[in-house]
Amino acid sequence: MIRARALEKRYGDKRILRGVELDVGPEDFLLVTGPNGSGKTTLLRLCAGLAVPTRGELALGVGRGHLGYVAHEPLVYRELTALENLDLYGRLYRVTERRERIGMLLERFGLWEARHERAASYSRGMLQRLALCRALLHEPELLILDEPYSGLDDEGALLLDRELAERTTRAAFVLATHEPERLRRHATGQLALT
Amino acid sequence: MNYLADVGALARKDLLLELRARDTLPAMLLFVVSALVVFHFVLPAGSSDLAAAGLLWIALLFTALLGLSRSFAAEREQGVIDGLVLAPSDRSAIWLGKALSILAFLVLAELIALPAFALFFEHVNGTLIGGVALADLGIAAVGTLLAAMAAASRARELLLPLLFLPLAIPIVVGGVGASVADEPVRYLGLLGLYDALFAIICWASFEYVVTE
Repeated sequence: MIRARALEKRYGDKRILRGVELDVGPEDFLLVTGPNGSGKTTLLRLCAGLAVPTRGELALGVGRGHLGYVAHEPLVYRELTALENLDLYGRLYRVTERRERIGMLLERFGLWEARHERAASYSRGMLQRLALCRALLHEPELLILDEPYSGLDDEGALLLDRELAERTTRAAFVLATHEPERLRRHATGQLALT
Repeated sequence: MNYLADVGALARKDLLLELRARDTLPAMLLFVVSALVVFHFVLPAGSSDLAAAGLLWIALLFTALLGLSRSFAAEREQGVIDGLVLAPSDRSAIWLGKALSILAFLVLAELIALPAFALFFEHVNGTLIGGVALADLGIAAVGTLLAAMAAASRARELLLPLLFLPLAIPIVVGGVGASVADEPVRYLGLLGLYDALFAIICWASFEYVVTE
């Protein structure tokens, strides 16, 4: 699904990534670890197609419609409600039975009661849950998750554990984390950036 | 059909956001009316109608600039542009949806501005309205692309006018010409040509503006 060779990314004079090689196949679960500033987020943005490498080869085997992405920001409009945000993404991703799917995800992530509230009124943890709903809405084949546990309380973290465990057999993962131990049982590989 | 559905969903979202936040249209309305009031007092009594027409176009251009400067605020501040860019829809749909919402704001601002102009200066004829309508299309097309470019920069407030105003010169030439010339058709034609040319360029190049 992802093949990278001698990947390099620079912003101006600053080199963020150098010589990164990775192969992610269907059902692979790649953990990306490293200290702050090691380029985890940049690598994930490259893998998602949001940035272009300065040098090297990067081939993505899935189209944008089969990719789910969770970033540091939830990528939702704060002035829209959870329902409106997911409806917009559901339309853009051409999700079939959109309303049913949105309702199911909101319920599963504990946001059903707050579905008509604007995202601006959500706590950090609720926004992260909404971001996860957004990323899972179209049943992606490749999930690129940047610190997905960030902001989640214990209950939210357990929910995410369950969602990830359910999907390991039908999706590939590239997941950046500071807590690799939590996901070690799913991991098929680890890329440690320095 | 899918493309048009995407454009419709994106434009509808912008209108809904404006309905909720009200941070663009009220500012545009206040600005254009205030500018026309100031111009009314600035222009000496007995000045020609030509000067008044020129001032109208200055007011409309800077009102548009005000709206454009806010047009990608939600996407920029909340990082949502990444979410839109990742969606499988054609990325030009983001441009077209945003351009349509900007066009709607411009038309609404002008529904107030043109009667105010008629009140303070001179009557508004069909040619002027035609010129304004064609100019709106060009402003929305070019302005949306440039606003997206500026939104990615830290100096966005400075960058947008620097990019937009030079490219708006043909709009001003066409708009003022259509307002005051004896044969306005040539100027309306210029505006139409500008709209068609830049709409194609902006539609085709938007993808490169929103990816790193």
